[in-house]
Amino acid sequence: MSGLPFLLEIGTEEIPDWMIQPAINHLQSIFEGLLKDNGLAVERLAVDATPRRLVLRAEGLPARQADTEDLVTGPPKAVAFRDGEPTGAALGFARKMGVPVTALETQATPRGEYLCYPRTVAGRETREILASALPELILKIYFPKTMYWTGKGGPRFIRPIRWIVAVLGDQVVPFELAGVEAGRMSAGHRLLGGRQCPVSLNSYEQVLKENFVLVSASERRQKIEQEIGKLLEGTGLRVKPDAGLLDTLVYSTEYPTPILGGFDPEFLALPEEVLVTVMRHHQKYLSVEDANGRLAPHFIAVMNTNADPEGLVRAGNERVLRARFSDARFFWRVDQQKKLADRVEDLAHVTFQAKLGSYLDKTTKIRELVQQLGGSPHAERAALLSKCDLTTEMVKEFTELQGVIGGLYAREQGEPEEVWRAIYEHYQPVSMEDRIPGSRAGQVLGLADKLDTLRRGFRIGLVPSGSRDPFALRRAAQGVVRILVEAGISDPPLEALLDGDQQLIEFFRDRIEYYFREVRGYAYDEARAAMASGYSDLVDLESRMEAIRGVRPTPDFEPVAASFKRIRNILRQAEFEGGGLNPHLLEPGAERELYQAVNHAGGLVSAYRQTKDYRSALLAIASLRPAVDYFFDKVLVNAPDPEIRQNRLSLLHQLLSEFSAIADFSEIVTTQ
Amino acid sequence: MDCFQQTLFRLKNYWSERGCIIQEPYDLEVGAGTMCPETFLRVLGPRPYRVAYVQPSRRPADGRYGENPNRLYKHWQLQVILKPTPQDVVEQYLGSLEAIGIDLGKHDIKLEEDNWESPTLGAWGIGWQVMLDGLEITQFTYFQQCGGCDLDLAPVELTYGLERLTAFLQGKNSVFDIEWAPGVSYRDVRLADEVQFSVYNFEMADVPSLWKLFELHEKECQRLLDAYPGYPDKKRFPVLPAYDQVLKCSHLFNLLDSRGAISVTERVVIIGRVRKLAVGVAQAWLDQSAEVAA
Repeated sequence: MSGLPFLLEIGTEEIPDWMIQPAINHLQSIFEGLLKDNGLAVERLAVDATPRRLVLRAEGLPARQADTEDLVTGPPKAVAFRDGEPTGAALGFARKMGVPVTALETQATPRGEYLCYPRTVAGRETREILASALPELILKIYFPKTMYWTGKGGPRFIRPIRWIVAVLGDQVVPFELAGVEAGRMSAGHRLLGGRQCPVSLNSYEQVLKENFVLVSASERRQKIEQEIGKLLEGTGLRVKPDAGLLDTLVYSTEYPTPILGGFDPEFLALPEEVLVTVMRHHQKYLSVEDANGRLAPHFIAVMNTNADPEGLVRAGNERVLRARFSDARFFWRVDQQKKLADRVEDLAHVTFQAKLGSYLDKTTKIRELVQQLGGSPHAERAALLSKCDLTTEMVKEFTELQGVIGGLYAREQGEPEEVWRAIYEHYQPVSMEDRIPGSRAGQVLGLADKLDTLRRGFRIGLVPSGSRDPFALRRAAQGVVRILVEAGISDPPLEALLDGDQQLIEFFRDRIEYYFREVRGYAYDEARAAMASGYSDLVDLESRMEAIRGVRPTPDFEPVAASFKRIRNILRQAEFEGGGLNPHLLEPGAERELYQAVNHAGGLVSAYRQTKDYRSALLAIASLRPAVDYFFDKVLVNAPDPEIRQNRLSLLHQLLSEFSAIADFSEIVTTQ
Repeated sequence: MDCFQQTLFRLKNYWSERGCIIQEPYDLEVGAGTMCPETFLRVLGPRPYRVAYVQPSRRPADGRYGENPNRLYKHWQLQVILKPTPQDVVEQYLGSLEAIGIDLGKHDIKLEEDNWESPTLGAWGIGWQVMLDGLEITQFTYFQQCGGCDLDLAPVELTYGLERLTAFLQGKNSVFDIEWAPGVSYRDVRLADEVQFSVYNFEMADVPSLWKLFELHEKECQRLLDAYPGYPDKKRFPVLPAYDQVLKCSHLFNLLDSRGAISVTERVVIIGRVRKLAVGVAQAWLDQSAEVAA
């Protein structure tokens, strides 16, 4: 192998699990940048991490930069030589360059001939480059929230840096950061490993493994998965898949070992949602289910140690879980003493937002909106009860279960399925990955709740800006967009849903574009083009966008789009202000042919639009290409006769406006 | 097995061996050990300090009439301040667990992200909750700001929840079953306290009187803060008594809260009023300390 290997380990105190992956990705990219800026090649670069170390390993680094040549300009030739003899100026320049005068060269410049000398600049040693750049580079790794620990004004990082390993080839890269000297000394697992573990490039992973640290996240994941498999072997049980929690566990342990714990089956009388929330959010336990998908009275906890030989860890976790479940059961019982329906008036004492009043006010508004949206009587009943769970002990304790608890209590209290289900799911989707409500009543209630928050939030100026969005209005808007599109709700038009609030409609434009681009994968310009023709009906918008995406690869589409852009520019430059088309003024040939083609296609397009067959409509528009090309090839729009010019502009304007109802083609970014 | 008081002795001993002054609880109602002057004021400024003390912490709204096995109106915290933070602070902390008989080789310890913030004190820090076999036993915080001031030495604060920790050590499911001293349970010592204060805090505390008291203490604190700039001999100015008024306000706020007398909107406003006082005291304290050092 040519070149040198490099190891960097930043040893820290426990970094929050969710920040680790973005941090090492950023470390990799800024390290690549450092190499590039210094002209250093690299063969392989890899990052890894545990909660206590960020690790970067590289292979094939050169020992030093290549030498470069630097042309140093000296005095003008006219001054440097007199009568062919070097003057003091030439001698001085030669001395400065450390060469005899005969080694100097001349160079022609706009100001005349100058002496010069091509000086060789020796490349710096890689080790030296790294030593001087790494302290700053490490502190540049992005974390959402940083701290200082050596004192005010000291370096900031996610948690204190306690050791640094930096070795290039067989040499330490010497630098100091936050009072820590880089060296060869790593550290093992907090409780099982050595505090001082000398490592080399070749021994690194092995030494750490011997000290109960698995540096590789995939190895840790594999260990967790395999050992869970063994724990559950022959039990007929399986873990409920939970990729997010597994990630958390992988990045919050250095030596993960799963254990199987149990709880009293009588807790299974509590709803699964409550049990899983307690286990997942509060204890980071994986839930276990039987072959029929029913929750089993067991859990998997992942320790950050190698074994639990006496079962102390299991017993401890079981005791904690028992206390938590007992709390939940207590809340459930207490809450049943007062029905949801009897809690509506209590909402007067729960503030929704200081200026927007209580949740009782909100309930009234939601009910009105559900009516406007044509909700069923059951949806209205659900609206009345939707916020009552905010007064329950269970939701006060487990706020993430709002809605869900209301739904479960409503079911318990004999409300019809359509009612309790709508309450259960009306906060959905709570994230991009989450589903929208599955029932129509849930969809209507969810829309009403979110729209009310948005409408009234905007009215009192809670408009999100930058990273500030304390009322989570972006998420609410995203939820509205998703429900409308994914549940196929076309009516009422968006403007009506948003109460005609222009600022809110603008805000939605961004959310709609974001949704179609980031979630649905439409290209930027496809979304733009379709939205430019209106977005009051998001279902229709999606059909149009889909048609653009489908037609885009056909050969005529982009050229026609390019022509539309050209037409738009011509009209803008001509400051065209409208005016009727006089067919008699059209000249035979290209101009008349375009007119006929436009009329023909126009007929087709409006027929296709009626049946929402946007694909055929777009193909019809694309078929204008030969006529349009021919027109631009043969016809001078800017005819000397103003009447003719005006008529031609009218023709183009008619073309543009007639075919912009599906999409604004001039928004399409063409490769031509 | 150690009883509750034995565990306290060991912890105090452990930290005294590591250079901490062992203080006794502050003699006013506080919601947490952080609020005692030994923490709130001592973490400010450039002077190194190490202190440990047990602080009974009152949270009126957490009272459950002694009926909930894990919730208390008043619980005991062991508060440790190390200023500046030693390099091996985590190791030292883990050593304290071993000192009270936890064999770390047989347990699972995790440091889970948990940043601490007290809007009332204008204080926040970065840190973790320490989880022992899934049980939160300690809040571990690198202080960054207190009374709205950046801290010169970035001290660390360790807050042990003593009832929980002891229940763990003694294998009890209810804190009331903890053995306080040989033959004496936590219930014997504290139950009446929990019941009576729950009754008072939730049912009988007189709201208009509490408001009146709050305003009196607030006024008194503000009067002192206003007097500080013009006071000639800064060294003897009563900054510490001014801070006592802040603590009174904070506790009265908590009482009003548990009586359900504070709406969400008011809450923000009242917290802001107390914070204003706390920030004023912190600034006066810093100024006064600089005078004393000069």
